[in-house]
Amino acid sequence: MKILVCISHVPDTTTKVKFVDDLKKLDITGIQWVINPWDELSLTRALELKDDPSNDIQSVTVAHVGLAGAEPTIRKALAIGADDALRINAEPRDAFYVASQLAEAVKNESYDLVLCGIESSDYNGSTVGGMLAELLGYPSVSSVSSVRIENGRFLITREIDGGKEIVNVVAPLVAIVQKGIAKEPRIAAMRGIMMARTKPLKVVEPVEMESFTDLVSFEMPKPRAACKFVDPENPGQLIDLLQNEAKII
Amino acid sequence: MSVLIFVENWDGKFKKLSFELVSYGAKLAEMMATDAIALTIGKVENGELAKLGRYGASKILVAVNEGITTFDSMNFTTVIAGIAVQEDAKVLVLSNNNTGKALAPRLSVRLKAGLGSGVNRLPASLDPFMVYKKVYSGNAYANIHIKTDVKILTLSQNSFELSESGNNSTVAEVAVEWDNAGVKTKVVEVQKQEGKILLTDADIVISGGRGMKSPENWGPIVQLAELLGAATACSRPVSDEGWRPHEEHTGQTGKIIAPNLYFAIGISGATQHLAGVSSSKFIVAINTDKDAPIFAAAQYGIIGDAGKVLPKLVEALQELKGK
Repeated sequence: MKILVCISHVPDTTTKVKFVDDLKKLDITGIQWVINPWDELSLTRALELKDDPSNDIQSVTVAHVGLAGAEPTIRKALAIGADDALRINAEPRDAFYVASQLAEAVKNESYDLVLCGIESSDYNGSTVGGMLAELLGYPSVSSVSSVRIENGRFLITREIDGGKEIVNVVAPLVAIVQKGIAKEPRIAAMRGIMMARTKPLKVVEPVEMESFTDLVSFEMPKPRAACKFVDPENPGQLIDLLQNEAKII
Repeated sequence: MSVLIFVENWDGKFKKLSFELVSYGAKLAEMMATDAIALTIGKVENGELAKLGRYGASKILVAVNEGITTFDSMNFTTVIAGIAVQEDAKVLVLSNNNTGKALAPRLSVRLKAGLGSGVNRLPASLDPFMVYKKVYSGNAYANIHIKTDVKILTLSQNSFELSESGNNSTVAEVAVEWDNAGVKTKVVEVQKQEGKILLTDADIVISGGRGMKSPENWGPIVQLAELLGAATACSRPVSDEGWRPHEEHTGQTGKIIAPNLYFAIGISGATQHLAGVSSSKFIVAINTDKDAPIFAAAQYGIIGDAGKVLPKLVEALQELKGK
């Protein structure tokens, strides 16, 4: 069995983002880049599945669409424990473009399980995983909080409104994962970091592809009005404000 | 030409988010000078369907086939895409909830339709078709041009005002194909929490953080939630510690919510937490640290120990309810 984990390369989630070029581009000065948090959890779960010999998993591959600048992030995924990596050498244009490049690069590789994070912390689209599944003609399950393999069958837990549903899905499949899939992201050990240097990282060139959307410009959120403080000895005043000023309760 | 709104039903019932979607789709159709068609999959009573008309759908389609028992994203995509083509839909509208997130990307590929996900307002213009959405987890917004002929939008929950219109609506059942052999998802088990207000549906959310000090101190939070008809939530450290269930974690990697009123109690307001709650219309913060970043995001604040403030707050509310 082979697992593919799609990873995105994003600014550290504590970054105070700024934009340049008439708000058209992200100002990358000083930004720390990391593996998208959900993708990091996906990778952790993939490695946990591989650690269990009864699951019979030969390899965990990571794939990324991006330029060479993302290679430290990909090496980090290898250091955490992925066996090999694939980078499609293209500047992402939109989700459809990224999903199409991934689909094109992996369609002949016959992965049994493809894991994607439910969103990337930069564009918050929740889009690439489902698109990839559709392009590959695989079933997909979204909002996944657990992936197990039992006697070669995939048992996937997905969140539904007001609860959870455990589904059995025929492989190959795409699981689009959220919180809960793994407890904490796995951290690279020194041995892993050394080994990552020599693990295979294949670079392929992109195919010609149109995008469906263009990001025209960014905007910063409007500053909120200053906080109005209420006397801690008299919180009833808060109720009064919520009722008569905010008119919300 | 039309705007097609996919409206999920829960055991034959709709809820606020359904009406929000229809209100949005109807306004968009008005902007485009066309009709808003609502589509739901599976049996729904006529009385319930009529509600969609009230919010502006001029035609309501109910896709039926006895084989439909499981939510299978491939087959649902086939059903919706088929109807979108039949109705010459130029824009499809779905919720940005679990179901919408599962379907919209597949529909985007199937219909070669550019997707704007998580929008919270009508397009700024139709030609070019410009949508506005949150990026960098709420730290910025982006103006996105959807270039394809057909477009798909997913609407953030609790982001659009309900609006009733007095228009007449028609209801039609549509028998659809359902490829039973093609269903690759089989439900093994369902675990539902009955009778609880869903965090994503709640108008008011009471959330506690590490400042609550221990899980035994949650009593007043639950009491406050009961008094206000609110859902309870928590910050990430609290769910990581196992003080509260994971389902309650709000924040970047947990649930992203947009209630009318959010109480952040003993929560400092780290960027990752704010990413999950910054779309709330009003935020109330209770914290001992006057410099906590949560106060910069809040409209109302109390500097004080939650353990002392909450019982007084509960008392004040009880008094009000008693009147």
